[in-house]
Amino acid sequence: MPAEYRLILKYADQPGYTPDIECYLRNGGYEAFKKALAIQPKTLPDGRQVSGAEQIRDDVKLSGLRGRGGAGFSCGLKWSFVDRKSNKPIYLICNADESEPGTFKDKQILYKDPHQMLEGMIIACYANDVHLAYIYIRGEFVEGAKILNRALKEAREKNFLGKKILGSGYDLEIHVHRGAGAYICGEETGLIESLEGKRAYPRIKPPYFPAVLGLYMCPTIVNNVETLCAVKHIVAMGGAEYARLGTPNNTGTRIVSVSGHVKRPGYYEVEVGKVTIGQLINDPVFGGGLRDGRKLKAVIPGGSSAKVFKAGEKFKLKRKGPDGKDAEQEVDMLDLPYDFDSLIAAGSMSGSGAIIVMDDSTDIVEALSNLSEFYAHESCGQCTPCREGSLWMAKALHRLTHGQGRKADAEYLVRIADNIPGGRTICAFGEACSWPVQSFVAKFKDEFVARGAADEERRAACPETRPRKTEVETAAKAGV
Amino acid sequence: MTIPIATTPETKPAPAPVDKLKVRVDGKEVEVPKTTPDPLTGKPLPTTMIQACNVARVDVPHYCYHPKLPVAGNCRMCLVEFGIPAVGPDRKPILNPDGTPKISKSPRPAIACATPISPGMEIYTNTPAVKQMREGVLEFLLINHPLDCPICDQAGECKLQEYSVDYGRSESRFVEPKVHKPKRVDLGPRIVLDDERCILCTRCIRFTKDVVGDDALGIVNRGSYNTLTAYPGKIFDNNYTLNTVDICPVGALTSKDFRFQMRVWFLKETKSICTSCATGCNIIVGSREEKIYRYEPRENEAVNSSWMCDYGRLNYKWIGRQDRLVEVRGPNAGALAWTAALREISHKLKQVSPDSAALIASARQANEELYLLAKLARKLGALTDSVPRQGEGDKLLLNADRNPNSLGARLTGISADPMGANLPKIAEAIRSGKIKTLIVFGEDVSKAGIGQDLLGKLETLIVSDILPNPTTRAAHYLLPGCAHAEKRGSFTSTKGRVQKFMKAVEPPGQARAEWEFLHELIFNTTGQNGYASIEGLFNQMAGEISAFKDLTWAGLGDMGVSIPL
Repeated sequence: MPAEYRLILKYADQPGYTPDIECYLRNGGYEAFKKALAIQPKTLPDGRQVSGAEQIRDDVKLSGLRGRGGAGFSCGLKWSFVDRKSNKPIYLICNADESEPGTFKDKQILYKDPHQMLEGMIIACYANDVHLAYIYIRGEFVEGAKILNRALKEAREKNFLGKKILGSGYDLEIHVHRGAGAYICGEETGLIESLEGKRAYPRIKPPYFPAVLGLYMCPTIVNNVETLCAVKHIVAMGGAEYARLGTPNNTGTRIVSVSGHVKRPGYYEVEVGKVTIGQLINDPVFGGGLRDGRKLKAVIPGGSSAKVFKAGEKFKLKRKGPDGKDAEQEVDMLDLPYDFDSLIAAGSMSGSGAIIVMDDSTDIVEALSNLSEFYAHESCGQCTPCREGSLWMAKALHRLTHGQGRKADAEYLVRIADNIPGGRTICAFGEACSWPVQSFVAKFKDEFVARGAADEERRAACPETRPRKTEVETAAKAGV
Repeated sequence: MTIPIATTPETKPAPAPVDKLKVRVDGKEVEVPKTTPDPLTGKPLPTTMIQACNVARVDVPHYCYHPKLPVAGNCRMCLVEFGIPAVGPDRKPILNPDGTPKISKSPRPAIACATPISPGMEIYTNTPAVKQMREGVLEFLLINHPLDCPICDQAGECKLQEYSVDYGRSESRFVEPKVHKPKRVDLGPRIVLDDERCILCTRCIRFTKDVVGDDALGIVNRGSYNTLTAYPGKIFDNNYTLNTVDICPVGALTSKDFRFQMRVWFLKETKSICTSCATGCNIIVGSREEKIYRYEPRENEAVNSSWMCDYGRLNYKWIGRQDRLVEVRGPNAGALAWTAALREISHKLKQVSPDSAALIASARQANEELYLLAKLARKLGALTDSVPRQGEGDKLLLNADRNPNSLGARLTGISADPMGANLPKIAEAIRSGKIKTLIVFGEDVSKAGIGQDLLGKLETLIVSDILPNPTTRAAHYLLPGCAHAEKRGSFTSTKGRVQKFMKAVEPPGQARAEWEFLHELIFNTTGQNGYASIEGLFNQMAGEISAFKDLTWAGLGDMGVSIPL
C-alpha cells in the first residue's frame, strides 16, 4: 500500500508542535549539527587528510541527494563545483522563493519547522566552510520572514549561530532577505542579483556560474529549503542510509504538492519513485481521487512550467524486467513513478514537485491562457525571445479566449513557442514559458482549433457583432 | 629635449606573448589568442567565440555585444552552434577513421559574445538552425517595434534594418496589438529617447555605468513592458551622453542636436580630429553640401577608443556661422584681392627692422601653419607666443588644455615655455613703442593682455582669423582663414600623437587655408620657395624639426603616429 513517508515533515503537523527552538530541541533538534561538528578529521589509506567538513560533503554525494528546487541536480556535485581555492569567501544562499505555481511545500517547512531548515543550512554552511549565509524568502511570505527571523534570534541565543559556535572554532551568521514578488528571483543567478540589490536579471553562464562567480563575484551555493532539510537528515542518518530511501538515482523523500481537481489537495511526503502519479492523485491517503462524477483530463506533474500530461497518455520507458535486463515497457501516464528520471523520460519533469490536476470540467484553452498570462507577467524581460515571446503567446491566447480566435492560432502559438526554448535564452524561464504552450497545444490541438474555428464561424455569421479593433486592444491591455 | 614616456604605444614594453589556440569557424581553421584583454580593465579574459569569428572574418550578427563594453548576452542574436573534440572514457580524444578528431556537437546553441573558445572547438555560424534562431530573434525584436523607419533618424545606419534584409520576413504574422511605451522621453539636455524603438540591449546603460562611471540609466517594469529610463529624479547629463546615441543599435536614443536634421545616407564622411582640447579625439565629420551636420567619434585605440565628449562633439556650429570672415581687407577696411594683399604685406614685412615685430599664433593652428609662421618669425626676428586656453579636464578624454595643438606650437618654436609667458613682454614692448608690427593668427589678443589701446599703437597689425573679434576689427590687414574642417593639416596631441585631418567642406567666400597663403607670403618675404602641397610641407617640416623626425604625411595614416616626448 502506498503511504506517506514523513522524514522532513515528521513533526510539522503533529498537534502541539510549535516553530520555536524549545519545541525543536525537545524533538531532537540540532543533534545532527552537533554530530557534524564532532566529526573528526581522518586519514585515508593513501595518507590524505580528510576534514570533518569534507566528510560531510562526501556523505551528501553518497546520499545521491538531488536538488528539490526544480532542476533535480545532484546536490553533492553542485557542492563539488565550488571554487575553494579562490581565497574569496564562500557564500550559501537558501532559496526560499518558492514561486512556481502549484508549489507549497517549502512554506510548510518554513512556517511550521523553521529550525529544521536552519539546522540543515548550518550543517551545509559548516560542510562548505561558509561563514555568511542568506535566506532569500519570497516577499509574499511575510509571516515566514518573521518566523525565520525569530528562529535565527533563538539560534543565536543558543549559540547555534554567531562566533565560536558551540565551543568550536566555527563562526557563522545568517540573514533573511525578503524578495519583492518576482517569480524570476527563484532562478539562482536572478536571486543573487536581487540579493545584491539589483534587478533580478539572471546572469549569463558562462562565465557567471555561481559556484565560481556568484554572490558579490564569490563562490556561492544556492540550495532549496527542502534540499537543506534533507542535508540535516543525511548527516543524522548517514548518506548510505539516506540513499536506501526512494529508488536508485532518485533517493530520499520528496514533499509533493497536489492541487487542482482532487478531493484532498495538499502536500504529501513520499519516498521518491515509490509512488506513482496515479496514486498521488487517486489514493485515499493522497489526493483522494477526482471529484464525484468527474473524469481526469490532464495533469501538470512538476509545477506549472512542466509539460502537461494528457489523461490516458502512454509512454515507452526503459525498465528492468524480471530477468534484470532493460526492456521497453508501455506505461500509462498515471503509472509513472513520481521521480526525477521517469518523468524526464516521459518528456516532462517532476520540477518543484507540484502536481496540478485538471478534470473534464477544465477548459484547456482558458487554462493555458491563465498560465501564459502568468509567465508574460513574470518574464524579467532581459533577453529577447522570452521577453517578446511570452507576451506574444499570452496576447494570442487572450484573443483566443475572448472571441477573437482563428483556426490557425494553434499552429501560430506553437511557432512562437518553438523560438523560445532550447538554450536560446539566458535562463530556464524560456523553457518555463514555452513548454506549457508547446505541450498543451500538441496534446489538445483539437480543442484549440475548435475554439478558433467557432470564433471564425460566429464572426462570419454576424459580422456586425465583431468588436472593433480598439475594443480588442482595450481588452487585451486590461487582461494582460 | 626628449623625455620618453611610457604611455605611447611605441615606447610600451612588449606585451608578454599570449598563448594561442586553434579553432575552426565554419570549417576554416584560425589561430586565436587564448585570452583577450578586457576592454575596461585590460585584465586578460578568455577569448570568446565572436572574437574568434572576427579573426576568421566571419560576421556574427549582434545587437547587445559591443567590443568596448562588458558583455551582457541579452539580445540572443549571436547564437551559434558549436562542437568540441569528443573525449573517450580514458580522457583521450576520440578520432575519426581518417585520424581527425571526432567533434561532438553541442545539443544547445551558445551566444558567441560570451562563450569562451577551447582548443579544437568548431563554431558553426551558417547552419539552418543558426539561421532559424536569428530569424526568430529578429521577429521577436520587431513585433513591438513601431516600424517607423521613414521618420527615424537611425534609418540608414540601423542594425534592425540591416539584419532585416538578411533574416527578416517581408510580412509580419503578428496580429496582436503592440505594446506602447513612452515616446519623446527627455532623458537629459542632449538626448531624446523613444522607448518603443528600444530593443533593451543595455549598451547605453553599460556605457554610462562602466565607461563613464555615471550610473544614470536603467530598466524599469517587467517583461515586454521593460522600459529604459533615467534613474528617477536623475537627468542623464554627463559629458559623454551622446556616445550612447552612437552605440544605440537602433533609433531609440537620438541626439537633440542631430535629430530630424539630415538623412544619414546623404552625409559625406570625412576623417578629422576634434579641436576642442589637446586630446585629439579622432572623429568623422558628417557634412552635406558644404554644411556640417555632426561629429562622430572614430575608433583609435591610441587616443580615444570609440568615444568622444559631448563638449567636443557639439563644438562645430561656429564653422557655419553667418558672420564668418569671408573677405580680405586692407587698411581702412578696404577690400583687397589675395595677391594684392599678400604683396602689400610682404612689402611691409621686408622693411621691418629687427626686434620690432612680434607674432602671436594660436595653438589651434595646424603644425604646418605654425612651422611656416615660425619661419616667418625667424626672418623678422620676432618675439612669438601662443595663447593658453584652459578649462576643467576629466579622467576620460577631456583635457584641461583646450588647444588642440599646444604641443605643435611648442615643437615648432612658436609657443613660449610655458605658453603665454611672452605675452606680457610683447604687450610691454608695444607699449614702449619697441614693437611696431604684430602678426596675429587665430587669436583675439585683446583678451590676452593686448587691448585696443595697444593695438592702436601698432604701425602694422596683420591678422588672420575665422570669426570677427576686437583684434580683427583693429587689423590693418585681415586675412580670412579656415576652420580645420575646411582644410587639411595635422595636429600634435598632448600625448604626442601626430594626426592629420582632412577637408570636409569648402571654406566660405575668400577664406583660404592658412598654410596656402603663408606659403606665398613666405616666398614673397624671404625669397625661399617651399611646398605648395600639404604633403610636401609636412615632409619638409619633419626634416627640419627634430621631434617630427622620420615622419611623413603618408606615414601618418588615418590613425596618426606617436612621437617620443
